[in-house]
Amino acid sequence: MDPYILKTLNEERRARRAAVLVTDLGDGRDRIVREGDHVAGDLGTAIANAFRTGNSRSVEAEGRTFFLNAHLPRPRLVVIGAVHISQALAPMARIAGYPVEIIDPRTAFATPERFPDVALHAEWPEDVLKRAPLDSYTALAAVTHDPKIDDFALKAALDARCFYVGALGSRKTHAKRVERLLALGAGADQIARIHAPIGLDIGAASPAEIAVAVLAQTIHAFRSRGLEAKGAVA
Amino acid sequence: MDESIYLDEARDPLIIAEGWMKEGKDVAIATVVETWGSAPRPVGSHLVIDAEGNFHGSVSGGCVEGAVVTEAIDVIGSGKARMLEFGVADETAWQVGLSCGGRIKVYVERLG
Repeated sequence: MDPYILKTLNEERRARRAAVLVTDLGDGRDRIVREGDHVAGDLGTAIANAFRTGNSRSVEAEGRTFFLNAHLPRPRLVVIGAVHISQALAPMARIAGYPVEIIDPRTAFATPERFPDVALHAEWPEDVLKRAPLDSYTALAAVTHDPKIDDFALKAALDARCFYVGALGSRKTHAKRVERLLALGAGADQIARIHAPIGLDIGAASPAEIAVAVLAQTIHAFRSRGLEAKGAVA
Repeated sequence: MDESIYLDEARDPLIIAEGWMKEGKDVAIATVVETWGSAPRPVGSHLVIDAEGNFHGSVSGGCVEGAVVTEAIDVIGSGKARMLEFGVADETAWQVGLSCGGRIKVYVERLG
């Protein structure tokens, strides 16, 4: 392995950016491919698949054998609102492989008794996200119903290109939210990325069922990353 | 369950390899590139080795690390990468094997 390649790869991994290390197993030459880089042919298809699934594997392409080592940052889910839905969502998401952080400045809601074993911040999203910024391997679900708490986080999630942005509320509630986000400077194309009403349409009724719908939508968004953009080009 | 979303710098093999390199050590990197059947460590797992035989990480959960370290020291000396195969069915080529019955292919290369 080239020392510069190792150094670059570690920089990407530290910064929570995805990279695939491509090694030619015939001659040992290696290179780093970043998410969004264009690679042609069968190798390109295999690399795109490695980014989507996170699975590393050997592939035959162009008469050579390559090893693709996928280094994907661990996805996480930030939930704005220490509410009933979040109580069900936190353990389910953790089991599915998405560690959860919950942010809610209302200290009556954000208590360790209501949320055992969860990273919980009884603070304003503004303050928490300054310390631990959102990124493209973070999903954000805003479920407080309170614009004072949700709006800043939603705007921050759109700016950070979170792979999933969901907001609880009816279509009517969301229409008002769209106006507020436009006033905050969000673009219409950004706002179109918000999933609202939140969650896959499975007819969820209880808070726990809504949590399932939100988790399913998060997983779908994660596993289809990049596919929508490609569809738009083609 | 490890919940951290950040790298565990003290235990991450590729971070350790970079640190060794900066200290001027000769380093080999071993990578699981294929598995068949039940294998203890997934494809992409790393073991990093220095010329004195110090190592970090894992390619098999302990079954074949000793043999990989020996090969790695040769690779550091020659600079020529090697592909190693371990498996319970592969009795002639290797004295060590995987008790779980799986088979793995490990690519060993020198850093630099």
